[in-house]
Amino acid sequence: MAGSLALVVEGLAVARGGLAVLEGVSFVLAAGEVLVLRGPNGVGKTTLLRTLAGLQPALAGQVRGAADVAYGAHADGLKATLTVAENLAFWAAVYGGQVRGALEAMNLVALQDRRAADLSAGQKRRLGLARLLVSGQMIWLLDEPTVSLDAASVALFVEALRTHLATGGSALIATHIDLGLPEALDLDLTGFRAELGFRGAFDEALA
Amino acid sequence: MSIWEYANPKKFMQATAKVLPWVAGLAVVLLGAGLIWGFFFTPDDYKQGSTVKIIYLHVPSAMMGVSAWFTMLAGSLIWLIRRHHVSALVAKAAAPVGLTFVVIGLVTGAIWGQPMWGTWWAWDPRLTSFLILGLFYLGYVALWAAIEDPDTAADLTSVLCIVGSVFAFLSRYAVNFWNQGLHQGASVSMVGGDRVSNVYGLPLGVSVLGFALLFLTLVMLRTRTEIRARRVKALLARERVA
Amino acid sequence: MRALLVRDLRLAVRAGGGFGLGLVFFLMVAVLVPLGVGPDSAILARIAPGILWVGALLACLLSLDRVFALDFEDGSLDLLATAPIPMEAVVAVKSLAHWLVTGLPLTLLSPVLGLLLNLAPDGYLWLILALLVGTPALSVIGAFGAALTVGLKRGGLLLSLLVLPMYVPSLIFGAEVVKRGAGGQALATPLLLLGAVTLGAWALLPFASAAAIRANLR
Repeated sequence: MAGSLALVVEGLAVARGGLAVLEGVSFVLAAGEVLVLRGPNGVGKTTLLRTLAGLQPALAGQVRGAADVAYGAHADGLKATLTVAENLAFWAAVYGGQVRGALEAMNLVALQDRRAADLSAGQKRRLGLARLLVSGQMIWLLDEPTVSLDAASVALFVEALRTHLATGGSALIATHIDLGLPEALDLDLTGFRAELGFRGAFDEALA
Repeated sequence: MSIWEYANPKKFMQATAKVLPWVAGLAVVLLGAGLIWGFFFTPDDYKQGSTVKIIYLHVPSAMMGVSAWFTMLAGSLIWLIRRHHVSALVAKAAAPVGLTFVVIGLVTGAIWGQPMWGTWWAWDPRLTSFLILGLFYLGYVALWAAIEDPDTAADLTSVLCIVGSVFAFLSRYAVNFWNQGLHQGASVSMVGGDRVSNVYGLPLGVSVLGFALLFLTLVMLRTRTEIRARRVKALLARERVA
Repeated sequence: MRALLVRDLRLAVRAGGGFGLGLVFFLMVAVLVPLGVGPDSAILARIAPGILWVGALLACLLSLDRVFALDFEDGSLDLLATAPIPMEAVVAVKSLAHWLVTGLPLTLLSPVLGLLLNLAPDGYLWLILALLVGTPALSVIGAFGAALTVGLKRGGLLLSLLVLPMYVPSLIFGAEVVKRGAGGQALATPLLLLGAVTLGAWALLPFASAAAIRANLR
């Protein structure tokens, strides 16, 4: 299954608020694989995902293959005054995907004409995840995708993830729960914590 | 040794520590000489009387007000292209100094204008574009103050400085056009450096040099303070993590 | 691109009154100025071009802080930044959407306000033309200010401090066109300069705004 390499990360160092949090992060994500990021709060999972999504620059290291990514953040980027279908149709137009299949996969067909403002937290999350399906991108970078989802919805998500993997996609997921995916590989970030000795431009100014 | 090595904070601190007393001392000497010469040892103007002597404050301040903006522009460009922290901090340090010179220029101009033109303020193109330059300074300083992350602040203020330079330049031409259109011919002419005779010109030149060195001193001093502040910030951030 | 434009226009309409407020503000300026200056129609006719342009600037300013801030708060801006469309295009489309819901309606409403301010009969055509040519610059310059302040909690006041000085060239040339038009003078020069400012701003500022947004998202 692990044929082509989707994402190759070598010696990556990332910073939050101007301070290095992770360094020397290296891993390979192959097509059809899921890598689950583990580590306590504040270890740098979100920072790593944002760096891989291209939202912030890396301090050091190399990333190859990150062109074809869909990023799923804490915030779903929903517009409260647009309906479920309209929200999704916008992203479908941006990525050139199909709305219908995504609505079905995330069990949102019955809600499609409801305004996003009137959805429950879990329904909003499902709509946020449906956006990944319309994006058609091969690599998903997900930050706590299962927050506020009930057990049935988590199962829906895992099902959608399986389909994604089966079609050659791959995913990097930061989560604290057990997704029930035996094939998922764990990547513990605790080992990559940046040394406090990382030297910034101003450390030596008064030395 | 390349000039870029001084963009290293440590090198900059060492170099300015050596240079600063000399520049500051020379600034005091030249300012003292220029101003005393100008105020007490030049004749009164046959038309303007002793009022003309405010020229020794007004013209150099106005010149520094403009030079400071060019310093900021250079610092911003170097930051965006080469990511040297010191250049961003020089730009940050120069802004309040430049703003102060602009204010001094405007105030001394008003004090000069009152007895000469009979008004504290006229919408003369030169005065107006100078006032607008002051507004650009205010926005730049306010943006630095509003953003918490120092690197983001440096990026955003640099972009603002470059775009602002273009618009400040445009405004200058627009204002020239506007006043012409408003009342043709009738314009109050200022005493430009080119029309001043040598009796005034030499002490004026000395004052301008003195002001330039004063500007350099203040910018170096403020940049040193900024570097120390960044050092403190880095240490505090480290302490929080540890 | 078109999807983003449609989305922004739809959001502006559904926000309920959001974009109507700018128009009402513009109307208020035209009502309050005569009350402050006095009813002398000769004076009003003389200051009408300037007042209408200043009113348009301020009305345009009102809605600027929402150009990017709403998308920033709900996370859409992060998602747009990772989507396969250049941020420069996002900025340009959003500036265009802002102009369509503020600058364009202001332009269409302006003759009515010209009437209130006793604008000379020859001025109306030029008022509409000048606003049509000049207000797009206000939106794209304003979007630049909004991009600089998008990460800030209370960026609205700072935004106006940053943007208003940059409105000076458009204001001067725009008001000059109307003034000369109302007085029956030749106005090709200020009209061309007004257009040049607009075209230049649209050609260059989206790049600066995109750089500012990227810095703010880090």
